[in-house]
Amino acid sequence: MIRFVNVSKEYKNGVIALYDINIEINKGEFVFLVGSSGAGKSTLIKLLLKEEGITRGKLYLNGTDITRVPNRRIPFIRRQLGVVFQDFRLLPNKTVYENVAFAMEIIGASPRAIRRRVPTVLSMVDLSRKASSYPDQLSGGEQQRVSIARSIVNNPPVLIADEPTGNLDPDTANDIMKALVDINNRGTTVLMATHAKEIVNSMRKRVIALENGRIIRDEEKGGYDIES
Amino acid sequence: MTLNLRIFRNMLKQGIQSMWRNKSMGVASITSIAAVLMILGIVLVLILSINNVVNDTKLKFDEIEVFLEDEISSEQMSKIEDTAKDVPGVVSVIYRSKEQALELMKEDWGEDAYLLEDLETNPLPNSYIIKVEDIELADNLVNSIKTLDGVEEVKYYKDIIDKLLNFASYIRIGGMIIIAVLVFVSIFIISNTIKLTVTSRKREINIMKYVGATNSYIRGPFIIEGVFFGLVGAIISIAVVYFAYRYLYLNMNESFYNMFTFYLIPPESIISDISVIFLTLGAGIGAMGSMLSLKKFLNV
Repeated sequence: MIRFVNVSKEYKNGVIALYDINIEINKGEFVFLVGSSGAGKSTLIKLLLKEEGITRGKLYLNGTDITRVPNRRIPFIRRQLGVVFQDFRLLPNKTVYENVAFAMEIIGASPRAIRRRVPTVLSMVDLSRKASSYPDQLSGGEQQRVSIARSIVNNPPVLIADEPTGNLDPDTANDIMKALVDINNRGTTVLMATHAKEIVNSMRKRVIALENGRIIRDEEKGGYDIES
Repeated sequence: MTLNLRIFRNMLKQGIQSMWRNKSMGVASITSIAAVLMILGIVLVLILSINNVVNDTKLKFDEIEVFLEDEISSEQMSKIEDTAKDVPGVVSVIYRSKEQALELMKEDWGEDAYLLEDLETNPLPNSYIIKVEDIELADNLVNSIKTLDGVEEVKYYKDIIDKLLNFASYIRIGGMIIIAVLVFVSIFIISNTIKLTVTSRKREINIMKYVGATNSYIRGPFIIEGVFFGLVGAIISIAVVYFAYRYLYLNMNESFYNMFTFYLIPPESIISDISVIFLTLGAGIGAMGSMLSLKKFLNV
Protein backbone atom coordinates (compact mmCIF):
# COMPACT_ATOMS: atom_id res chain seq x y z
CA MET A 1 0.00 0.00 0.00
CA ILE A 2 2.78 2.40 1.03
CA ARG A 3 6.38 1.75 0.04
CA PHE A 4 9.45 3.89 0.75
CA VAL A 5 12.53 2.72 -1.18
CA ASN A 6 15.87 4.22 -0.10
CA VAL A 7 14.18 7.55 0.54
CA SER A 8 16.27 10.48 1.71
CA LYS A 9 15.11 13.98 2.38
CA GLU A 10 17.44 16.92 2.59
CA TYR A 11 15.89 20.33 3.18
CA LYS A 12 17.11 23.35 1.27
CA ASN A 13 18.95 24.63 4.33
CA GLY A 14 21.08 21.47 4.31
CA VAL A 15 19.34 19.66 7.16
CA ILE A 16 19.04 15.96 6.40
CA ALA A 17 15.69 14.93 7.88
CA LEU A 18 15.47 11.39 6.55
CA TYR A 19 18.25 9.09 5.58
CA ASP A 20 17.84 6.00 3.41
CA ILE A 21 14.38 5.01 4.61
CA ASN A 22 12.93 1.64 3.53
CA ILE A 23 9.40 0.89 4.66
CA GLU A 24 6.74 -1.37 3.25
CA ILE A 25 3.26 -1.12 4.71
CA ASN A 26 0.65 -3.56 3.46
CA LYS A 27 -3.04 -3.10 3.00
CA GLY A 28 -4.96 -3.27 6.27
CA GLU A 29 -1.95 -2.84 8.55
CA PHE A 30 -1.92 -0.64 11.64
CA VAL A 31 1.48 0.97 12.05
CA PHE A 32 2.88 3.24 14.75
CA LEU A 33 5.58 5.68 13.81
CA VAL A 34 7.49 6.60 16.96
CA GLY A 35 10.49 8.71 17.82
CA SER A 36 11.38 11.88 19.64
CA SER A 37 10.68 15.33 18.18
CA GLY A 38 12.94 15.99 15.23
CA ALA A 39 13.43 12.30 14.52
CA GLY A 40 11.79 12.67 11.12
CA LYS A 41 8.20 11.53 11.72
CA SER A 42 6.63 14.73 10.46
CA THR A 43 8.90 14.84 7.44
CA LEU A 44 7.97 11.28 6.55
CA ILE A 45 4.28 12.19 6.67
CA LYS A 46 4.90 15.35 4.68
CA LEU A 47 6.55 13.28 1.96
CA LEU A 48 3.50 11.02 1.79
CA LEU A 49 1.15 14.00 1.59
CA LYS A 50 3.34 15.53 -1.13
CA GLU A 51 3.87 18.63 0.98
CA GLU A 52 7.59 18.18 0.51
CA GLY A 53 9.53 16.76 -2.41
CA ILE A 54 11.78 13.74 -2.13
CA THR A 55 15.53 14.25 -2.48
CA ARG A 56 16.51 10.65 -3.29
CA GLY A 57 14.75 7.32 -3.53
CA LYS A 58 11.29 6.22 -4.58
CA LEU A 59 7.86 6.42 -2.99
CA TYR A 60 4.90 4.26 -3.98
CA LEU A 61 1.27 4.63 -2.92
CA ASN A 62 -1.18 1.90 -3.83
CA GLY A 63 1.21 0.60 -6.49
CA THR A 64 1.69 3.99 -8.13
CA ASP A 65 5.01 5.78 -8.19
CA ILE A 66 4.38 9.15 -6.50
CA THR A 67 8.03 10.12 -6.13
CA ARG A 68 7.60 13.02 -8.50
CA VAL A 69 4.18 14.12 -9.64
CA PRO A 70 3.01 17.31 -11.28
CA ASN A 71 1.27 19.73 -8.93
CA ARG A 72 -2.11 19.26 -10.49
CA ARG A 73 -2.07 15.56 -9.57
CA ILE A 74 -1.33 16.16 -5.88
CA PRO A 75 -4.99 16.71 -4.88
CA PHE A 76 -5.87 13.32 -6.33
CA ILE A 77 -3.11 11.64 -4.33
CA ARG A 78 -4.37 13.33 -1.18
CA ARG A 79 -7.85 11.98 -1.80
CA GLN A 80 -6.42 8.51 -1.22
CA LEU A 81 -5.09 9.58 2.17
CA GLY A 82 -7.33 10.57 5.03
CA VAL A 83 -5.45 12.87 7.41
CA VAL A 84 -5.99 13.55 11.10
CA PHE A 85 -3.96 16.23 12.86
CA GLN A 86 -3.07 16.94 16.44
CA ASP A 87 -4.91 20.28 16.29
CA PHE A 88 -8.06 18.84 14.64
CA ARG A 89 -8.23 21.58 11.97
CA LEU A 90 -11.99 21.94 11.87
CA LEU A 91 -13.79 24.91 10.35
CA PRO A 92 -15.18 26.92 13.27
CA ASN A 93 -18.09 28.42 11.31
CA LYS A 94 -19.43 25.08 10.13
CA THR A 95 -21.37 22.51 12.13
CA VAL A 96 -20.07 18.99 12.73
CA TYR A 97 -22.24 17.75 9.87
CA GLU A 98 -21.06 20.52 7.55
CA ASN A 99 -17.41 19.96 8.43
CA VAL A 100 -17.70 16.35 7.38
CA ALA A 101 -19.89 17.07 4.35
CA PHE A 102 -17.38 19.71 3.25
CA ALA A 103 -14.82 17.00 2.43
CA MET A 104 -17.36 15.35 0.13
CA GLU A 105 -18.45 18.59 -1.52
CA ILE A 106 -14.87 19.32 -2.46
CA ILE A 107 -14.58 16.21 -4.56
CA GLY A 108 -17.98 16.88 -6.12
CA ALA A 109 -20.07 14.19 -4.42
CA SER A 110 -23.82 14.34 -5.10
CA PRO A 111 -26.06 15.81 -2.38
CA ARG A 112 -27.77 12.44 -2.15
CA ALA A 113 -24.50 10.62 -1.53
CA ILE A 114 -23.58 13.25 1.07
CA ARG A 115 -26.91 12.90 2.87
CA ARG A 116 -26.46 9.14 2.97
CA ARG A 117 -22.78 8.94 3.86
CA VAL A 118 -22.26 11.69 6.47
CA PRO A 119 -24.68 10.29 9.11
CA THR A 120 -23.14 6.83 8.68
CA VAL A 121 -19.65 8.15 9.33
CA LEU A 122 -20.80 10.27 12.26
CA SER A 123 -22.38 7.23 13.89
CA MET A 124 -19.14 5.28 13.34
CA VAL A 125 -17.34 7.81 15.57
CA ASP A 126 -20.35 8.01 17.90
CA LEU A 127 -21.21 11.64 17.17
CA SER A 128 -24.69 11.34 15.67
CA ARG A 129 -26.20 13.42 18.44
CA LYS A 130 -23.72 16.27 17.91
CA ALA A 131 -24.28 16.66 14.19
CA SER A 132 -25.61 20.20 14.46
CA SER A 133 -23.12 21.44 17.08
CA TYR A 134 -20.29 23.80 16.26
CA PRO A 135 -16.67 22.75 16.98
CA ASP A 136 -16.29 25.16 19.92
CA GLN A 137 -19.24 23.49 21.63
CA LEU A 138 -17.42 20.14 21.63
CA SER A 139 -14.75 18.63 23.86
CA GLY A 140 -11.28 17.97 22.44
CA GLY A 141 -12.00 14.28 22.04
CA GLU A 142 -15.23 15.00 20.21
CA GLN A 143 -13.49 17.46 17.92
CA GLN A 144 -10.86 14.89 17.10
CA ARG A 145 -13.56 12.36 16.29
CA VAL A 146 -15.14 14.87 13.92
CA SER A 147 -11.81 15.23 12.19
CA ILE A 148 -11.53 11.42 12.00
CA ALA A 149 -15.00 11.27 10.48
CA ARG A 150 -13.98 13.87 7.95
CA SER A 151 -10.81 11.99 7.09
CA ILE A 152 -12.61 8.74 6.28
CA VAL A 153 -15.80 10.11 4.75
CA ASN A 154 -14.43 9.67 1.23
CA ASN A 155 -13.31 6.13 1.95
CA PRO A 156 -9.56 6.60 1.52
CA PRO A 157 -7.53 3.35 1.53
CA VAL A 158 -5.02 4.92 3.93
CA LEU A 159 -5.53 6.97 7.08
CA ILE A 160 -2.62 9.05 8.35
CA ALA A 161 -2.83 10.32 11.91
CA ASP A 162 -0.20 12.79 13.07
CA GLU A 163 -0.16 12.81 16.89
CA PRO A 164 -3.96 12.45 17.04
CA THR A 165 -3.96 12.08 20.81
CA GLY A 166 -1.34 14.74 21.48
CA ASN A 167 -3.81 17.29 22.86
CA LEU A 168 -6.05 14.87 24.73
CA ASP A 169 -6.19 13.33 28.18
CA PRO A 170 -5.56 9.56 28.43
CA ASP A 171 -9.22 8.52 28.66
CA THR A 172 -10.19 10.54 25.64
CA ALA A 173 -7.09 9.29 23.88
CA ASN A 174 -8.36 5.75 24.38
CA ASP A 175 -11.65 6.65 22.71
CA ILE A 176 -9.75 8.00 19.76
CA MET A 177 -7.66 4.85 19.56
CA LYS A 178 -10.83 2.75 19.62
CA ALA A 179 -12.17 4.74 16.71
CA LEU A 180 -8.93 4.29 14.79
CA VAL A 181 -8.81 0.55 15.45
CA ASP A 182 -12.42 0.34 14.33
CA ILE A 183 -11.54 2.01 11.07
CA ASN A 184 -8.55 -0.28 10.70
CA ASN A 185 -10.77 -3.32 11.22
CA ARG A 186 -12.91 -2.19 8.33
CA GLY A 187 -9.89 -2.55 6.05
CA THR A 188 -8.31 0.90 6.09
CA THR A 189 -4.56 1.00 6.44
CA VAL A 190 -3.61 3.25 9.38
CA LEU A 191 -0.29 5.01 9.89
CA MET A 192 -0.08 6.89 13.18
CA ALA A 193 2.79 9.04 14.33
CA THR A 194 2.85 9.39 18.08
CA HIS A 195 4.68 10.08 21.31
CA ALA A 196 2.20 8.24 23.48
CA LYS A 197 4.19 5.41 25.03
CA GLU A 198 1.28 3.81 26.91
CA ILE A 199 -0.89 3.61 23.82
CA VAL A 200 1.83 2.02 21.72
CA ASN A 201 2.73 -0.45 24.43
CA SER A 202 -0.86 -1.48 25.09
CA MET A 203 -1.82 -1.94 21.43
CA ARG A 204 0.88 -4.40 20.36
CA LYS A 205 0.89 -3.30 16.73
CA ARG A 206 3.72 -2.86 14.29
CA VAL A 207 6.13 -0.14 15.43
CA ILE A 208 8.58 1.76 13.29
CA ALA A 209 11.01 3.81 15.36
CA LEU A 210 12.92 6.75 13.89
CA GLU A 211 15.96 8.44 15.32
CA ASN A 212 17.91 11.22 13.65
CA GLY A 213 16.29 10.48 10.33
CA ARG A 214 17.06 6.75 10.32
CA ILE A 215 14.92 3.73 11.06
CA ILE A 216 16.36 2.15 14.17
CA ARG A 217 13.66 -0.46 14.64
CA ASP A 218 10.76 -1.97 12.72
CA GLU A 219 8.99 -4.81 14.47
CA GLU A 220 5.62 -6.54 14.52
CA LYS A 221 3.69 -6.35 17.79
CA GLY A 222 6.32 -3.98 19.14
CA GLY A 223 6.48 -1.59 22.07
CA TYR A 224 7.55 2.03 22.28
CA ASP A 225 11.06 1.24 23.55
CA ILE A 226 13.36 -1.62 22.78
CA GLU A 227 12.26 -4.44 25.01
CA SER A 228 14.90 -5.49 27.45
CA MET B 1 -20.69 17.08 -16.55
CA THR B 2 -23.05 17.03 -13.61
CA LEU B 3 -19.95 16.72 -11.45
CA ASN B 4 -18.46 19.92 -12.86
CA LEU B 5 -21.77 21.74 -12.54
CA ARG B 6 -22.06 20.71 -8.93
CA ILE B 7 -18.51 21.82 -8.20
CA PHE B 8 -19.22 25.12 -9.92
CA ARG B 9 -22.35 25.61 -7.85
CA ASN B 10 -20.36 25.00 -4.67
CA MET B 11 -17.82 27.57 -5.76
CA LEU B 12 -20.54 30.09 -6.52
CA LYS B 13 -22.11 29.53 -3.13
CA GLN B 14 -18.81 29.98 -1.34
CA GLY B 15 -17.93 33.05 -3.38
CA ILE B 16 -21.22 34.74 -2.53
CA GLN B 17 -20.92 33.78 1.13
CA SER B 18 -17.46 35.22 1.40
CA MET B 19 -18.50 38.44 -0.33
CA TRP B 20 -21.33 38.84 2.12
CA ARG B 21 -18.98 38.28 5.04
CA ASN B 22 -16.51 40.86 3.77
CA LYS B 23 -18.97 43.53 2.69
CA SER B 24 -16.87 46.52 3.67
CA MET B 25 -13.82 45.24 1.82
CA GLY B 26 -16.05 44.58 -1.13
CA VAL B 27 -17.21 48.16 -1.12
CA ALA B 28 -13.59 49.30 -1.08
CA SER B 29 -12.69 47.10 -4.06
CA ILE B 30 -15.73 48.11 -6.03
CA THR B 31 -15.06 51.78 -5.38
CA SER B 32 -11.46 51.53 -6.46
CA ILE B 33 -12.32 49.64 -9.63
CA ALA B 34 -15.10 52.09 -10.41
CA ALA B 35 -12.77 55.05 -9.85
CA VAL B 36 -10.11 53.60 -12.11
CA LEU B 37 -12.64 52.82 -14.79
CA MET B 38 -14.08 56.34 -14.61
CA ILE B 39 -10.70 57.88 -15.28
CA LEU B 40 -10.30 55.36 -18.02
CA GLY B 41 -13.69 56.45 -19.31
CA ILE B 42 -12.51 60.02 -19.69
CA VAL B 43 -9.47 58.84 -21.62
CA LEU B 44 -11.64 56.57 -23.74
CA VAL B 45 -14.13 59.29 -24.57
CA LEU B 46 -11.22 61.45 -25.61
CA ILE B 47 -9.77 58.74 -27.82
CA LEU B 48 -13.14 57.90 -29.33
CA SER B 49 -13.80 61.59 -30.05
CA ILE B 50 -10.46 61.99 -31.76
CA ASN B 51 -11.05 58.85 -33.79
CA ASN B 52 -14.40 60.27 -34.74
CA VAL B 53 -12.85 63.54 -35.80
CA VAL B 54 -10.21 61.76 -37.86
CA ASN B 55 -12.72 59.54 -39.61
CA ASP B 56 -15.02 62.48 -40.23
CA THR B 57 -12.19 64.45 -41.71
CA LYS B 58 -11.14 61.58 -43.91
CA LEU B 59 -14.67 61.35 -45.28
CA LYS B 60 -14.94 65.07 -45.82
CA PHE B 61 -11.63 65.29 -47.55
CA ASP B 62 -11.75 62.29 -49.81
CA GLU B 63 -11.54 64.45 -52.89
CA ILE B 64 -8.64 65.60 -54.99
CA GLU B 65 -9.42 68.67 -57.03
CA VAL B 66 -7.48 68.95 -60.26
CA PHE B 67 -7.80 72.47 -61.65
CA LEU B 68 -7.36 72.72 -65.42
CA GLU B 69 -5.85 75.47 -67.52
CA ASP B 70 -8.44 77.32 -69.64
CA GLU B 71 -6.71 76.51 -72.94
CA ILE B 72 -6.48 72.77 -72.34
CA SER B 73 -6.97 70.45 -75.32
CA SER B 74 -9.39 67.56 -75.28
CA GLU B 75 -6.50 65.04 -75.69
CA GLN B 76 -4.84 66.46 -72.62
CA MET B 77 -8.13 66.21 -70.76
CA SER B 78 -8.70 62.60 -71.63
CA LYS B 79 -5.06 61.88 -70.70
CA ILE B 80 -5.73 63.22 -67.21
CA GLU B 81 -8.96 61.32 -66.90
CA ASP B 82 -7.36 58.04 -68.01
CA THR B 83 -4.38 58.45 -65.70
CA ALA B 84 -6.65 58.95 -62.72
CA LYS B 85 -8.97 56.10 -63.60
CA ASP B 86 -6.06 53.66 -63.91
CA VAL B 87 -5.03 54.12 -60.32
CA PRO B 88 -6.45 51.56 -57.85
CA GLY B 89 -8.39 53.12 -55.01
CA VAL B 90 -9.93 55.80 -57.19
CA VAL B 91 -13.69 55.76 -56.72
CA SER B 92 -14.77 58.21 -59.39
CA VAL B 93 -13.47 60.88 -61.71
CA ILE B 94 -16.00 63.60 -62.44
CA TYR B 95 -15.59 66.57 -64.72
CA ARG B 96 -16.82 69.83 -63.23
CA SER B 97 -17.13 72.75 -65.61
CA LYS B 98 -16.57 76.29 -64.41
CA GLU B 99 -20.32 76.90 -64.64
CA GLN B 100 -21.08 73.96 -62.36
CA ALA B 101 -18.40 75.14 -59.98
CA LEU B 102 -20.04 78.53 -59.76
CA GLU B 103 -23.44 76.97 -59.12
CA LEU B 104 -21.95 74.95 -56.27
CA MET B 105 -20.36 78.02 -54.85
CA LYS B 106 -23.69 79.83 -54.90
CA GLU B 107 -25.31 76.96 -53.09
CA ASP B 108 -22.56 76.97 -50.51
CA TRP B 109 -22.85 80.65 -49.90
CA GLY B 110 -26.61 80.48 -49.44
CA GLU B 111 -27.97 83.87 -48.44
CA ASP B 112 -24.80 85.59 -49.48
CA ALA B 113 -25.00 84.18 -53.02
CA TYR B 114 -26.30 87.48 -54.41
CA LEU B 115 -22.75 88.76 -54.15
CA LEU B 116 -21.85 86.38 -56.94
CA GLU B 117 -24.62 87.63 -59.28
CA ASP B 118 -22.60 90.68 -60.23
CA LEU B 119 -19.60 88.79 -61.58
CA GLU B 120 -19.00 89.60 -65.24
CA THR B 121 -16.82 86.62 -65.98
CA ASN B 122 -16.65 83.34 -64.17
CA PRO B 123 -13.26 83.28 -62.41
CA LEU B 124 -13.43 79.61 -61.50
CA PRO B 125 -11.48 77.04 -63.51
CA ASN B 126 -12.75 73.81 -65.01
CA SER B 127 -11.77 70.89 -62.85
CA TYR B 128 -11.77 67.16 -62.32
CA ILE B 129 -13.00 65.94 -58.97
CA ILE B 130 -11.28 62.64 -58.15
CA LYS B 131 -12.81 60.75 -55.28
CA VAL B 132 -10.50 58.26 -53.57
CA GLU B 133 -11.03 55.57 -50.98
CA ASP B 134 -8.27 56.74 -48.70
CA ILE B 135 -6.80 60.18 -48.93
CA GLU B 136 -3.61 59.01 -47.23
CA LEU B 137 -2.75 56.84 -50.20
CA ALA B 138 -3.24 59.63 -52.74
CA ASP B 139 0.36 60.93 -52.88
CA ASN B 140 1.43 58.97 -55.95
CA LEU B 141 -1.68 59.84 -57.86
CA VAL B 142 -1.27 63.52 -57.09
CA ASN B 143 2.38 63.51 -58.13
CA SER B 144 1.72 61.86 -61.46
CA ILE B 145 -1.19 64.15 -62.30
CA LYS B 146 0.68 67.29 -61.34
CA THR B 147 3.23 66.76 -64.12
CA LEU B 148 0.64 66.32 -66.89
CA ASP B 149 0.12 69.09 -69.42
CA GLY B 150 -2.91 71.29 -68.94
CA VAL B 151 -3.04 70.88 -65.16
CA GLU B 152 -2.84 74.18 -63.39
CA GLU B 153 -3.01 73.02 -59.79
CA VAL B 154 -3.86 69.96 -57.72
CA LYS B 155 -5.44 70.53 -54.38
CA TYR B 156 -6.01 68.03 -51.62
CA TYR B 157 -5.96 68.06 -47.84
CA LYS B 158 -3.27 65.53 -47.08
CA ASP B 159 -1.37 67.80 -44.73
CA ILE B 160 -4.40 68.52 -42.56
CA ILE B 161 -5.16 64.85 -42.32
CA ASP B 162 -1.53 64.07 -41.57
CA LYS B 163 -1.42 66.54 -38.73
CA LEU B 164 -4.63 65.22 -37.36
CA LEU B 165 -3.48 61.63 -37.58
CA ASN B 166 -0.29 62.52 -35.83
CA PHE B 167 -2.19 64.22 -33.08
CA ALA B 168 -4.57 61.31 -32.79
CA SER B 169 -1.77 58.81 -32.48
CA TYR B 170 -0.15 60.81 -29.69
CA ILE B 171 -3.44 60.90 -27.84
CA ARG B 172 -3.91 57.21 -28.43
CA ILE B 173 -0.43 56.26 -27.21
CA GLY B 174 -0.74 58.56 -24.20
CA GLY B 175 -4.15 57.13 -23.47
CA MET B 176 -2.87 53.56 -23.71
CA ILE B 177 -0.08 54.31 -21.27
CA ILE B 178 -2.48 55.90 -18.80
CA ILE B 179 -4.86 52.99 -19.16
CA ALA B 180 -2.09 50.42 -18.71
CA VAL B 181 -0.89 52.14 -15.54
CA LEU B 182 -4.42 52.40 -14.18
CA VAL B 183 -5.20 48.78 -14.93
CA PHE B 184 -2.01 47.75 -13.18
CA VAL B 185 -2.86 49.88 -10.16
CA SER B 186 -6.36 48.50 -9.90
CA ILE B 187 -5.18 44.90 -10.19
CA PHE B 188 -2.88 45.68 -7.30
CA ILE B 189 -5.71 47.19 -5.25
CA ILE B 190 -8.05 44.29 -5.93
CA SER B 191 -5.40 41.72 -5.18
CA ASN B 192 -4.72 43.38 -1.85
CA THR B 193 -8.38 43.45 -0.98
CA ILE B 194 -8.86 39.83 -1.82
CA LYS B 195 -5.65 38.97 0.00
CA LEU B 196 -7.45 40.06 3.17
CA THR B 197 -10.28 37.64 2.47
CA VAL B 198 -7.77 34.96 1.61
CA THR B 199 -5.82 35.51 4.82
CA SER B 200 -8.98 35.28 6.86
CA ARG B 201 -9.73 32.01 5.12
CA LYS B 202 -6.20 30.67 5.23
CA ARG B 203 -7.18 27.91 7.60
CA GLU B 204 -10.03 26.85 5.41
CA ILE B 205 -7.81 26.82 2.34
CA ASN B 206 -5.26 24.73 4.19
CA ILE B 207 -7.89 22.19 5.20
CA MET B 208 -9.29 22.12 1.69
CA LYS B 209 -5.86 21.23 0.38
CA TYR B 210 -5.45 18.34 2.78
CA VAL B 211 -8.84 16.96 1.92
CA GLY B 212 -7.78 16.94 -1.72
CA ALA B 213 -9.37 20.03 -3.21
CA THR B 214 -7.82 20.97 -6.54
CA ASN B 215 -6.25 24.40 -6.87
CA SER B 216 -8.93 25.47 -9.29
CA TYR B 217 -11.60 24.48 -6.78
CA ILE B 218 -9.93 26.61 -4.13
CA ARG B 219 -9.36 29.47 -6.52
CA GLY B 220 -12.89 29.37 -7.91
CA PRO B 221 -14.79 31.24 -5.17
CA PHE B 222 -12.13 33.95 -4.97
CA ILE B 223 -12.13 34.47 -8.70
CA ILE B 224 -15.91 34.64 -8.69
CA GLU B 225 -15.63 37.22 -5.92
CA GLY B 226 -13.04 39.26 -7.83
CA VAL B 227 -14.96 39.11 -11.09
CA PHE B 228 -18.12 40.15 -9.28
CA PHE B 229 -16.37 43.16 -7.73
CA GLY B 230 -15.01 44.04 -11.16
CA LEU B 231 -18.38 43.81 -12.85
CA VAL B 232 -20.17 45.87 -10.21
CA GLY B 233 -17.42 48.49 -10.39
CA ALA B 234 -17.75 48.47 -14.17
CA ILE B 235 -21.52 48.94 -14.09
CA ILE B 236 -21.22 51.88 -11.70
CA SER B 237 -18.58 53.56 -13.82
CA ILE B 238 -20.49 52.91 -17.04
CA ALA B 239 -23.47 54.70 -15.54
CA VAL B 240 -21.38 57.60 -14.25
CA VAL B 241 -19.41 58.04 -17.47
CA TYR B 242 -22.50 57.75 -19.64
CA PHE B 243 -24.63 60.23 -17.74
CA ALA B 244 -21.80 62.68 -17.19
CA TYR B 245 -20.93 62.58 -20.86
CA ARG B 246 -24.55 62.89 -21.88
CA TYR B 247 -24.87 65.97 -19.71
CA LEU B 248 -21.77 67.41 -21.33
CA TYR B 249 -23.04 66.51 -24.77
CA LEU B 250 -26.49 68.04 -24.29
CA ASN B 251 -25.12 71.26 -22.87
CA MET B 252 -21.88 71.77 -24.74
CA ASN B 253 -22.26 70.25 -28.17
CA GLU B 254 -23.19 73.50 -29.93
CA SER B 255 -20.45 75.55 -28.37
CA PHE B 256 -17.97 72.78 -29.04
CA TYR B 257 -18.96 72.83 -32.69
CA ASN B 258 -18.55 76.58 -32.85
CA MET B 259 -15.06 76.32 -31.43
CA PHE B 260 -13.67 73.33 -33.26
CA THR B 261 -16.14 72.82 -36.13
CA PHE B 262 -16.71 69.23 -35.05
CA TYR B 263 -19.58 67.70 -33.23
CA LEU B 264 -19.05 65.48 -30.19
CA ILE B 265 -19.92 61.82 -30.61
CA PRO B 266 -23.47 61.24 -29.47
CA PRO B 267 -23.48 59.38 -26.11
CA GLU B 268 -25.71 56.65 -27.51
CA SER B 269 -23.00 55.60 -29.91
CA ILE B 270 -20.31 55.22 -27.24
CA ILE B 271 -22.41 53.44 -24.64
CA SER B 272 -21.98 50.01 -26.23
CA ASP B 273 -18.22 50.41 -26.73
CA ILE B 274 -17.77 51.69 -23.21
CA SER B 275 -19.92 48.92 -21.77
CA VAL B 276 -18.02 46.15 -23.53
CA ILE B 277 -14.63 47.60 -22.64
CA PHE B 278 -15.51 48.33 -19.01
CA LEU B 279 -17.19 45.00 -18.31
CA THR B 280 -14.31 43.08 -19.89
CA LEU B 281 -11.68 45.12 -18.09
CA GLY B 282 -13.55 45.03 -14.79
CA ALA B 283 -13.96 41.27 -14.90
CA GLY B 284 -10.37 40.84 -16.06
CA ILE B 285 -8.98 43.09 -13.34
CA GLY B 286 -11.01 41.21 -10.74
CA ALA B 287 -9.90 37.79 -11.93
CA MET B 288 -6.25 38.82 -12.22
CA GLY B 289 -6.35 40.40 -8.78
CA SER B 290 -7.71 37.25 -7.13
CA MET B 291 -5.23 35.01 -8.87
CA LEU B 292 -2.35 37.20 -7.77
CA SER B 293 -3.52 37.25 -4.18
CA LEU B 294 -3.87 33.46 -4.10
CA LYS B 295 -0.57 32.57 -5.69
CA LYS B 296 1.32 32.45 -2.42
CA PHE B 297 -1.29 30.38 -0.61
CA LEU B 298 -1.57 27.61 -3.12
CA ASN B 299 2.05 26.51 -2.98
CA VAL B 300 1.76 23.87 -0.29
